[in-house]
Amino acid sequence: MNDATVHERIRHDIDENEVVLYMKGTPVFPQCGFSATVVGVLSHLGIKFKGIDVLQDPGLRQGVKEYSSWPTVPQLYVKGEFVGGCDIVREMFETGELQQMFQEKAVATADA
Amino acid sequence: MSVQSRIEEKLMAGLTPAHLEVLNESYKHSVPPGSESHFKLVIVAGAFEGKRLVGRHQAVNALLADELAGPVHALSMETLTAEEWQKRGGRVMQTPDCLGGGKTDA
Repeated sequence: MNDATVHERIRHDIDENEVVLYMKGTPVFPQCGFSATVVGVLSHLGIKFKGIDVLQDPGLRQGVKEYSSWPTVPQLYVKGEFVGGCDIVREMFETGELQQMFQEKAVATADA
Repeated sequence: MSVQSRIEEKLMAGLTPAHLEVLNESYKHSVPPGSESHFKLVIVAGAFEGKRLVGRHQAVNALLADELAGPVHALSMETLTAEEWQKRGGRVMQTPDCLGGGKTDA
């Protein structure tokens, strides 16, 4: 798959799903502590999200780094917009900024 | 020069931080002893003033693009202004340990 196709696929994924997490492993079996931390935060908040395992696809793993000029995984996208990686998600969660963002963007929680 | 010193040098030159910690946390991951693959940064700099977290991290990532494209596999960072650092009382957050997957390449 060439770069343009990968980028198109990423665009499609983040457009079709409200909350997307590019991660190592799956939400049930994260393969990296940084990915596991973000999964933990999202689950704690009851946010429904699509987890996409970049370890299954080297092209995607590279493509997602280029897509947002962000060199590491995990990467969280909400309503098509890049939010950040593990450090940012955790810090936003601790300050309450993350919860506020989900509310403002009217993202559905599991109990809604 | 070690990767650690190179990171320190680039950040000093690019951000002239008031406080800088470059911690090699590779020992927390299953890589050979002496590896320089996982780093944690604590940076307090005026350059972060008025910038959102994503912008701050992107500025650091840009300075360390060569390292991230090469030996550095994971980079965790705390990017603070002097005021934020003071409010936190100089507390540094724990970085998560690796869980064992995809460690062999960047």
